[in-house]
Amino acid sequence: MSDLFTFKLPDVGEGLTEAEIVSWKVKLGDLVAVNDVLVEIETAKSIVELPSPYAGLVAQLHVAEGDTVLVGTPIISIGSETPAAAVPTGTPAPVVTGTSAAEPAPLYGSPAPEQEEPAAGPLVGSGPKADPVRRRVRLGSAAPVPSPPSAVSAGVRPKAPAAHIQPPAAPAAAATPAAASASDARVLAKPPVRKAAKDLGINLADVSPTGRSGEVTKKDLLSYQEQRAAEQAGAGSFWQPAARTDEDRIERIKVKGVRRATANAMVQSAFSAPHVSIFVDVDASRTMEFVKRLKASRDFEGIRVSPLLILAKAVIWAAARNPSVNATWTGDEIIVKHFMNLGIAAATPRGLMVPNIKDAQDLSLKELAIALNSLAAKAREGKTQPAEMQGGSLTITNIGSLGIDTGTPIINPGEVAIVAFGTIKQKPWVLDGEVIPRWITTLGGSFDHRVVDGDLSARFMADVAAILEEPALLLD
Amino acid sequence: MGAAQLPTTEFEGMEPDDRAEAAAEATAGLPAGDMVQLLDERGVLHRHAEYSAFIDALQPDQLRRFYSDMAAVRRFDQEATALQRQGELALWVPLTGQEGAQIGVGTATEPQDYLFPTYREHGVALTRGVDLAQLLRLFRGISNGGWNPKDTNFHLYTLVLAVQTLHAVGYAMGIQRDRAADPALPPAATVAFFGDGASSEGDVHEAMVFAASYQAPTVFFCQNNHWAISVPFEVQSKIPLVNRADGYGMPGIRVDGNDVLGVYAVSQWALEHARSGEGPVLIEAFTYRLGAHTTADDPTKYRLAVEEDKWRAKDPLVRLEKFLRAQNLADDDFFAQVRADGDELAAYVRKATLAMTLPDIRSAFANVYAQAHPLVTEELEWFERYEARFAAGDSAGTTASDRTEGGAA
Repeated sequence: MSDLFTFKLPDVGEGLTEAEIVSWKVKLGDLVAVNDVLVEIETAKSIVELPSPYAGLVAQLHVAEGDTVLVGTPIISIGSETPAAAVPTGTPAPVVTGTSAAEPAPLYGSPAPEQEEPAAGPLVGSGPKADPVRRRVRLGSAAPVPSPPSAVSAGVRPKAPAAHIQPPAAPAAAATPAAASASDARVLAKPPVRKAAKDLGINLADVSPTGRSGEVTKKDLLSYQEQRAAEQAGAGSFWQPAARTDEDRIERIKVKGVRRATANAMVQSAFSAPHVSIFVDVDASRTMEFVKRLKASRDFEGIRVSPLLILAKAVIWAAARNPSVNATWTGDEIIVKHFMNLGIAAATPRGLMVPNIKDAQDLSLKELAIALNSLAAKAREGKTQPAEMQGGSLTITNIGSLGIDTGTPIINPGEVAIVAFGTIKQKPWVLDGEVIPRWITTLGGSFDHRVVDGDLSARFMADVAAILEEPALLLD
Repeated sequence: MGAAQLPTTEFEGMEPDDRAEAAAEATAGLPAGDMVQLLDERGVLHRHAEYSAFIDALQPDQLRRFYSDMAAVRRFDQEATALQRQGELALWVPLTGQEGAQIGVGTATEPQDYLFPTYREHGVALTRGVDLAQLLRLFRGISNGGWNPKDTNFHLYTLVLAVQTLHAVGYAMGIQRDRAADPALPPAATVAFFGDGASSEGDVHEAMVFAASYQAPTVFFCQNNHWAISVPFEVQSKIPLVNRADGYGMPGIRVDGNDVLGVYAVSQWALEHARSGEGPVLIEAFTYRLGAHTTADDPTKYRLAVEEDKWRAKDPLVRLEKFLRAQNLADDDFFAQVRADGDELAAYVRKATLAMTLPDIRSAFANVYAQAHPLVTEELEWFERYEARFAAGDSAGTTASDRTEGGAA
């Protein structure tokens, strides 16, 4: 018989009432020690990792990632083979293979609620247990518990935990060790990441690596999974039959956080700055060759190189030749900036963010590549800091990474130009009177006409295009 | 973008007004003017005309003790942070990064000195022999204090910013009078702890004026950890804090707060200066809070990781370890032992915290006045009638024991 300890969501700030489960760091059957990180939660104040108060095997996860739960809600149960509540760190409980260790012990509303309590109840986050209002007002009768609940106690009964989630058990160890396909044998990753990828059914080759030596890190995997899950969730059960009322078939999503900020910024920009959009088709074959050579070069070992790098360099180069695109309109003045804080629009699990690379004009190609990598990685992890989104001077949006040819982007407020980078694919192209396959992309640009007139925007775009057609011009 | 349209935490701090702060942030970490440093970041010990003598007098055991104390309090800090995250403490105030400043000054004090901490002086508490687990009673919300200050001359934590500087000066003026009445008493000083944020409070000004006017034996020990919650130091003061000492007419010393030996030496000098009747001294220990202000805030919202990394490179433990190894004063066994001791301390603190019981609410009534008071007696009677309305076994007192006995599941 193993004891089962239940950890309830504590108030990690002062007076917080709820938190969102961002990601579980353990799964069913994992052996955890005291202070091992169990879960990452996001409160109104911050993202926080919760360390385990107990040692033992993870017996149950009561809430799912993405759920917002009240303080005091049981979130995880940990079974221990050792009777003491505080097993010293480093003393492993006997390892039991598989998940059979988790006895289906009742967890709440159970006949023996005391069983769930640790030796000493937590100070906070223990919900109704520690809450004085749980105490029953004596109503003359000495009869103990099952008397009709008084108004006081009825009002404060613990709500049943929202959902009882049984995460999929980890596949048995026997599951096809030889199944690793030859294709992902070339992707660098540590064994636990490989295992996690296999468990999640993710091909490692699909994940963008950000590790120091170009390896796929656990964070890369998780953020990939997060995005994938968000995309795929419910695709199959999306349409609802007409039998249900329309009200039932409408989903209402609260506008908050990044979504609200994005909406406000876009409305402000679209309705205050007269946008002019222009497009140019470019033969980017030489850019593709250049990128290929960079990838192969020793100097760029372990650094992710993409055509976006060349475009970034091209935009910086072209802005120097057409300075008015790197400016701000204030109404009384046009502020031309002699520095480039290059914004990169990034789709993140939390919404659109536009962090920028400060003083990008001073960076070498390699430094720029590193800056792009770390900016993207941070944005995907949701760890972009406010200062990194301030003071941008010109923005690139890489819609091509999603397979889109071009678009008319909306200018980031405070700036006067934005460049959309379309997908690069092989297309028939006429060269010296012959039709041959070339790597073609479309550049789209939107400009604030209050600052950037048609001829200037055209010259700027032509300059950017010129670099993509012939990156060697950068040596100029 | 205006702040009004950006209600989310992700975008906090984007107001144009913050530009001044951002500019100041860029220079944070660059010490201005002269700063005493004996042990540099590479672990090399330098000579100083005035202060090296204090280090020369140290035995190898004492040098190792600096390290083991800093490591112990850092491990304690981690455990307390974990306990807060596990819901066992209402709040925790991490000190990581400031071990050098705290262990340095604490070690320099004598038993008869009296120390007035803020709420972050866990390292100083360790050097005074306070049971670290007792520090957590306050943060668990079961005590207004947690330890008896008379046992260690380490005063209770003060949550009201800067008020303890006045207490320290008042106590020091008391020492002056005690010694005038009984010259056989050993010379003693007080230490007033405060931070860069509290330096903006009026209390600090008043305390310094009184200390200087009365030549009170007080050492004002300011740990400039660069962040008053989210406000960077550069917003607190246009000049280095230590320069303010001139205005009050007392010596001011700026010391590398991550250099435990430097802090120890200047503190020795300052305490001797104060004890010998020469008057107060201001020490500005230039250091950095590597963690959050408390467990209730998130530093990633107001400062850049780059800045933290820059300060991590100045870690007080790392440089002393380099020094001890280079001088053959400590080996792998020593450092392994320090780690083991730290884990043992952490286990003890965890166990002690989980075993803490709720106090009897009646103690709150008992300590309002020294003697019985009719109004308090009346209120206690009302409270006891109120308590009696609840079912037996559920009263406040037994709820406390429930926690320790009832759940031994």
